[in-house]
Amino acid sequence: MFDFFARLFRGEPSGAKAKERLRLVLLSDHLALAPDVVESLRRDLLDVISRYVEVDVDNVDVTFEQREHEVAMLANVPILSVRNGRAHSAPAPRTPLAPAPSLAAEAPSLAPLEESFWTEPVAEPAPAAAAAAVDALAETDRAPAETHGSPAEMDGLPLADAAVVAGAAPKPTRPRRRRRRRTGTMPPPPGTGEQRWGNSAPP
Amino acid sequence: MREFASEVPAAPPQEHGRGRSIVITSGKGGVGKTTTTANLGAALAARGARVVMIDADVGLRNLDIVLGLESRVRYHLLDVLEERVELDDALVRDKRSELLFLLAAAQAREKEDVDTAQMTALVERLRERFDYVLIDSPAGIEVGFRNAIAGADEALIVCMPEVSSVRDADRVVGLLPPAMRPQLIVNRVRPHLVRKGKMLSVDDVNAILRLPLLGVIVDEPAVITATNRGEPVALDASSQTGSAFRAIAARLAGEDVAAPAPREAGVLAKLGALFRGRR
Repeated sequence: MFDFFARLFRGEPSGAKAKERLRLVLLSDHLALAPDVVESLRRDLLDVISRYVEVDVDNVDVTFEQREHEVAMLANVPILSVRNGRAHSAPAPRTPLAPAPSLAAEAPSLAPLEESFWTEPVAEPAPAAAAAAVDALAETDRAPAETHGSPAEMDGLPLADAAVVAGAAPKPTRPRRRRRRRTGTMPPPPGTGEQRWGNSAPP
Repeated sequence: MREFASEVPAAPPQEHGRGRSIVITSGKGGVGKTTTTANLGAALAARGARVVMIDADVGLRNLDIVLGLESRVRYHLLDVLEERVELDDALVRDKRSELLFLLAAAQAREKEDVDTAQMTALVERLRERFDYVLIDSPAGIEVGFRNAIAGADEALIVCMPEVSSVRDADRVVGLLPPAMRPQLIVNRVRPHLVRKGKMLSVDDVNAILRLPLLGVIVDEPAVITATNRGEPVALDASSQTGSAFRAIAARLAGEDVAAPAPREAGVLAKLGALFRGRR
């Protein structure tokens, strides 16, 4: 009886709290202990982004940040210009082509990514690669932590502002249950689906 | 001194070759490495295996006092490594078993004094004569830990269901060569707290560490009282913890023993303990 009230007022039991804190801290630990994995993630990320835009490679910054409820990957990628060849095949981005200043705007993280983004037949190589790379990290991570790549919401954001934010977990609103599903709904490989820049832009 | 030395097993333990070298480690201190080493040693010897335990915690010798052998220690690990005494003179025979031996740590020395190559060579030598060489690792991941794992072929990770212990265990597993195939012992579990969701469960711990689970030790006062007396709880037939250690020893020896279901200390059991005077 007392337990019931205690739980009512104190929220989730401390064991669940311990589990969640451990999951996050180990995710951070494993990232910190695998610099080579982080480096190859960085390289792959740049490879993919560079297919579409010219990137200021020397000033790229990929970091990981442990937050209250997630571990986030923050990629600050200064973009110099949009590549012409690609710009024709893909729909024109709604941004001026002038060299853009580096602006590391943290895009609002999309909570369940399969709802808003991946369910569309979208071939969005950059976030896909980010998600895949983070997924690869999760492989080195022995913890069965679910890893979600939340792509930056490119809609309505100037291209240069699109810092990739790959959150390790969506913000929980209630005591969390471990979600078995990882980034299961990967988009088709580039070139197979319609090429679009965002959800609302028609090809 | 000599009275113990003469009883050291001289013949190779098995016809087919050398014994197993197993390091008991955890990263974090105070989670039960030494208690686990002492009890596994006692339980394995009780099964008829020849066992030697090496206290690799140089500077903080403890395995001898947990086993109640502190008064028998004359020479220590570094005396052997630095060839001041013969190995047989430094091996202390257990009070209770003719098959159980201890090589104590040096108290007045430092972990840096141990030479890794010599340590490895010593373990190899002991494997010629014993079925099991159990190495009690110091806490930490520095030189003492590296020396402790150097000669070991296998590793047992002792972990408490508690955030810092799990994190450190995870770190240590990352430092061990995968060929050591570390196995997990979850120590000091309190089932009533787990049931109320106030403690990480064994499954929670192992969902993170993902190691073969060798055994679970429930937090029980009998461990404290046994350690007070310098008697391994593994030899106490009436203790739940004792049977858990015996089951771990059996599993380590390759027997397919089911984990005994943790039984709750009910009113009757507590009364029984009261009358048996286990305090």
